Parts: sequence; C-alpha cells; structure tokens
Amino acid sequence: MSILELNKVINQNYKYGFTTKMQNQQFPKGLNKKIIKLIHTRKQEPDFLLDFRYKAYQNWLKMKPPIWGNLNIKEIDFNAISYYSAPKKINKDPLAANIDPKILQTFEKLGVSLKEQKNLTNVALDAVFDSVSIITTYKKKLAKTGVIFCSISEALEFYPELVKKFLGTAVSINDNFFAALNSAVFSDGSFCYIPKNTKCPLELSTYFRINNKESGQFERTLIIAEKNSSVSYLEGCTAPEYKENQLHAAIVELVAFEEAKINYSTIQNWFSGTKSGVGGVYNFVTKRGLCVGKNSKILWTQVETGSAITWKYPSCILIGDNSIGEFYSVALTDNCQQTDTGTKMIHIGKNTKSKIISKGISCGTSKNTYRGLVKIGTKALFSRNFSECDSFLIGPLSTASTYPYIDICNSSSIVEHEATISKVNEEQIFYLRQRGLSVEQSVSLLVTGFCKEIFIRLPMEFAIEANKLLEIKLQEIRL
Amino acid sequence: MKKKIILEINKLSASIDTTPIINDLDLKIHSNEIHIIMGPNGSGKSSLAKILVGHPSLKLEKGVILFNEKNLMALTPEQRANEGLFLAFQYPLEIPGITNYDFLKMAYNEKQKLEGLNELTPLEFLNLVQLHLQELKIPTNFLNRDVNKGFSGGEKKLNEILQMLLLKPKLIILDEIDSGIDLDNIKLLCDVIIKNKESDSSIIIITHNPKLLNYLNANYIHILIKGQIIKTGSLELIETLEKGGYDYLIKKG
Repeated sequence: MSILELNKVINQNYKYGFTTKMQNQQFPKGLNKKIIKLIHTRKQEPDFLLDFRYKAYQNWLKMKPPIWGNLNIKEIDFNAISYYSAPKKINKDPLAANIDPKILQTFEKLGVSLKEQKNLTNVALDAVFDSVSIITTYKKKLAKTGVIFCSISEALEFYPELVKKFLGTAVSINDNFFAALNSAVFSDGSFCYIPKNTKCPLELSTYFRINNKESGQFERTLIIAEKNSSVSYLEGCTAPEYKENQLHAAIVELVAFEEAKINYSTIQNWFSGTKSGVGGVYNFVTKRGLCVGKNSKILWTQVETGSAITWKYPSCILIGDNSIGEFYSVALTDNCQQTDTGTKMIHIGKNTKSKIISKGISCGTSKNTYRGLVKIGTKALFSRNFSECDSFLIGPLSTASTYPYIDICNSSSIVEHEATISKVNEEQIFYLRQRGLSVEQSVSLLVTGFCKEIFIRLPMEFAIEANKLLEIKLQEIRL
Repeated sequence: MKKKIILEINKLSASIDTTPIINDLDLKIHSNEIHIIMGPNGSGKSSLAKILVGHPSLKLEKGVILFNEKNLMALTPEQRANEGLFLAFQYPLEIPGITNYDFLKMAYNEKQKLEGLNELTPLEFLNLVQLHLQELKIPTNFLNRDVNKGFSGGEKKLNEILQMLLLKPKLIILDEIDSGIDLDNIKLLCDVIIKNKESDSSIIIITHNPKLLNYLNANYIHILIKGQIIKTGSLELIETLEKGGYDYLIKKG
C-alpha cells in the first residue's frame, strides 16, 4: 500500500536549526518591575513607554493564560525566561559592513542577505536577532518617498510621537494574557509609516531569528498606512533546535486610514520540535488590523509550517464604511505540532466585507484547528462575509477541527460558511505515480493544489519560497 | 528476425481482498504488436491492467510478470512507469489546483532527468506540447485548466493520450479508451496513437467495442473469462463472438 511506502519518505532535517555562538548580553531570568525598568533604560526609551509597560505588567499579573484553545500546553514558568538578549557588539551604524560578521553569516546561512546590493532589489528588510533589530536596508531609498521603515526602537528614538499615537490602538495592553506580557517586555520589531497618497515603492519585510536558548522573543510590529496609501509587508521566522521550548509572544498592529491598503504576509517556520515532540517554539501571537477609514483594506496571508504550538488569530476590525478584511491561511502540522489558528472579522461600519479562506493540512499525530469569529454589529448594515475552511488529513492519527463562531446583529447582512474535510486520496497518488512521479512528489503536488488559492495571494518571490518550504516540510512527513 | 518479448506473464493469479480475480493467466507480447483483450463485465480485464501497473488494491497470489526481462512485481508503480509502462485510465483522476500544463511538464521533465537528458524550459515544453495538442485537435486553453477537473469524459480520454504522447511508453495499456467518446474522436485517437507510438512499442487494448478494430490493426484478440484467457485468435474470432456472444465461446471451450 502506498501509505506504507509513504513511511519511507526521506527525512530531511530542519535546516535552520543551527545556533550561532555569540557573546550575549542577557538579562537575568524572571519578570518583575526591575527587569522592565532595565529593558526601558537599556533601550533609552521615551518616558511614556515606561508607564505603558508598567500598566501592561500590572494587568498581566491579574490575568491567566487562555485555556480555551484546542491545545495541550505545558505550564510555562515565566520566571525561567530571560526577557532581553542581545549580541554584545551592537553597532548603531546602519552599514552592513559594520555588523558583527557572525550575525551577517547567520543571516547569509538563512538565505537572507543584509547587503543591499545582494538583496532582492525590490524588497527592503529589517533583520531582528533575538531581542534587537540589526539593520534595516533601503532606508534612504524609502525615505525619499516619505516612507519610514525602521526598527521600533529607532522609531521610539526618532518618531516618539507617532509611536505614542498608535501603539496599543489595535491591541490594547490588557487585550489578552500574551498581549499584556508583550506590552510589558517587548524589545524590538519593525515600524512602518506610509504617508498620504503614497504607494510604498518596495516590498517591506522583517526576518525574525531567535538564537538564544533561554530568552523569549517579544517583538512588536506597527504599520500605519495613511489616507490613500498602500504597502505590502512580509515577515519570516526561524529558530535553532533546542530541547527546551522557547516562547515567542509577539504583537502586530496595523492601522489603515481612508482608501489605504495593507497587505501583510507571514511565512512562519520556527523550529517545531523533534519527531517525539521535544522542544520547539511556542508561538503565541496577537495580530490585529484596524480598518479605520472608509474603503480601507487589510489582507492577512499566512503560511504556518513551524512552531511546536501556534496560537494566533490575525484579525480585522472593520470600522470604516465599505472597508474590507481578508484572511488567507495555510497551516501545515506534522509530528506532535499543535496549531489553533484562524481570524476574527469584526464588522462595525456599513457595507463592510470580509473573506476567510483557511487551509489546514494535518500530518503525523498533529492537531490542526481552525477557530474563527465573524461578528456583524447592529450598525454594520448590508455587510458581507464569506468563509471557507478546508482540512486535508494526511496522517491517519492526525486531527483537524473547525470552530466557527458567527454572531450577526442585523438582518441586512449575509454570512456564508463552507467547510470541507478530505483525506489524502490514494487513487490520485496512484494516478500520479503511474505517470512516473514519486510518492513525495505526488503528495506535494496534491498539497500544492490544495493550497493554490492562498499561494497566489503572496508576493511573487515569497510564493515560490512558500511552495519550496512546503515541499521540504512534506519530505519530512511520516504517516 | 526474432522479435523481442516485451511482456511475459506466466501462470499469474491475483486477488482483491482475498477474492480471486486473475486465475493462472499466461500472456506473451512481443515488440510492435497490438493485443486486444475482450471479455464480459467482471472478467478481470481492468484488474489485469491494474496489476501490471502496480495498483495497490491487487495482490499477487502466484506467477511471474516480466517486463523487458525485469520482474515487475519488484518495482514500485513509478519505477514501472519509468521503465515504459503506461496505463490510459478508464476513469482518469482529477487533481484540483494543479494546471494540466504544470502536471505535464513535471511528468515530462522527471522522465528527462531519469534518462540523463536536459529538462525543458517552460517555453520549450510549451512548443512541444502544442504540437501534440494540434494533432489531437485540442485547444491550447486545455493546458490552463486543472488536471481533468471539469473535463468531459471525452476530454479526459484525450488528456490520457496527450500524456502518452509526451511520455513515449514501450507498452501502452488502453483501458476502455473508447468509452465516453464519439466515433470521430475514436478514429482520431487511434490514428494518433498508431502514428506516434515508438516503432517497437506495443499496445494492449481493453474494450467491449469490436468496432475499435476497424481503426487498429490488431495482431491478437484474447477472450478473458473469469480471470483466464480462454481463447486467443485473430480477427475471425470477432465474427464468432458477434454471432454467438461469450456464452458460445465458453461452451465451445
């Protein structure tokens, strides 16, 4: 039977699992006001932020981790984590030539070049290593159009008023347990500001790398698109292989004004743990976009293949009339991975539209869950939602679950929900093998076909990357 | 000159879920021959095709199948395909989300790689496949559609032959290639197959339709009943069959 033969599929290891030996500055483990003050001082932040952090911390102390997810999470000892870790030699010089060669090499090894001339010429990159941003490329080129793209630390230094105005507007400090934690201790991340009537001339992207074994990564991304502007942003993530779990609790906030459009894509490939489920990243992320203005649009696209546990729901609050929120997701789980992901579409303005396409692929003994909320408020007249959740089961012991929550408070709106679940079809695989394709190629082709709707949403270069990533992941699959 | 044996089946018995399907079957096929296999429903025609290409539902009970002197049962389905065995499916499968073009190119280039030849660039491959499309009178947009998805019965069969033309197999098995397809297209398909097949390639045709013989010069006709070939002959066997049906042939033994 081909199921048995599938077992023989070559096992390719996680190729991003290496560690870079660095001299680090790491804060003592544990979380308290002193540590928060230390972070604040170390980063020479404006005063308002200390207050923000303290408030978040006070809230966090009163909160409990969410337990409603379809996930088994080992209890996390928040005092066993170091909340700040940075390479000792950090040069504020923006030239790649002045970066610690070890870090340069690390990124090169990950297939990410920090040198502008070597980079994809239409992509500007912010590289984040543990708790700090190392470099942001093409800053000058972007500045000519008025676009600000830098680390959030720099933004706090040079544009504190902008950050102050928007920080915490989409995700408040007491939104949820992990959001409160992030708000208390976040260290770095990316900041983008697109001025009025501007189409960002480059694709923006951030590459997140966790290197340190004992530190968590708590980054914060803030993207603001002013009236009639547009931007496309992509984040990629990898981490070394450790026996210990690492915590990654990030926040992403998007704000789109009238007629503005934000396209946010994620390719998440954190270390997912070993076959037996040892180690791997806990990816607990809060992502939310505000469609503030009329006719604004926010698109979330995510390809989630890594992490031991994923808990994230990139959402849209559709405030402006006629605003649009879309969510496209591919989540592939293997071995002992657990994923509980989906979206929230909150319709507040009139004539607002949302679309959700979610594709889950479950292999091994993994748990793959879609959870989504569509809420249509009383004033969101003539609003529209379409949701489609498809699950594809490859491992006979894997599970796929779908939890749609629908809440409609007016009678002029239309909500549609479709869901399918299918198993890998042996006849299809046999057909492809009869044409000379291997089992892996056949499975990979079927999965690619299954995910096509999502991949066509990604920027070209990244669509190819995502496809490759999926192929590599599928080569690891055991049924 | 003695012709080379392509396929040799010796005392083959096979089953599906412990139900015997093929019983003690012998068959020998030389290069450049056309064999027709006929028989009533459930006689094991399609199962014979399936065991040759290694379908997982068929279990070999005993016997040997040699394909170009290689033991077929030791090979995986893809290895058999790469050795030159091709089955035009009775019911071709749909592959949603993958365009016909991508699928055909992947299968073609995989074969090129195995043979140590250069893979074709997208443009080179397009030129090649367009020649075949013209021959089969298929419009180019055929390539942009998902593999077999929403295809009519006839289009699916044309797609099978298109794949055959690209992969240039040594032994072609056509499982009811004429079902779901009109007479004009049957003639077209047969012409294209004969014209394009390699000079030493052979064909096994599984059919219920003796009319197919008007378009193909078959060397042998085999009558398969209850998993056994009970009679092998040439064209006159069809006349006997048309007069008396399978029952007559069974009684006559």
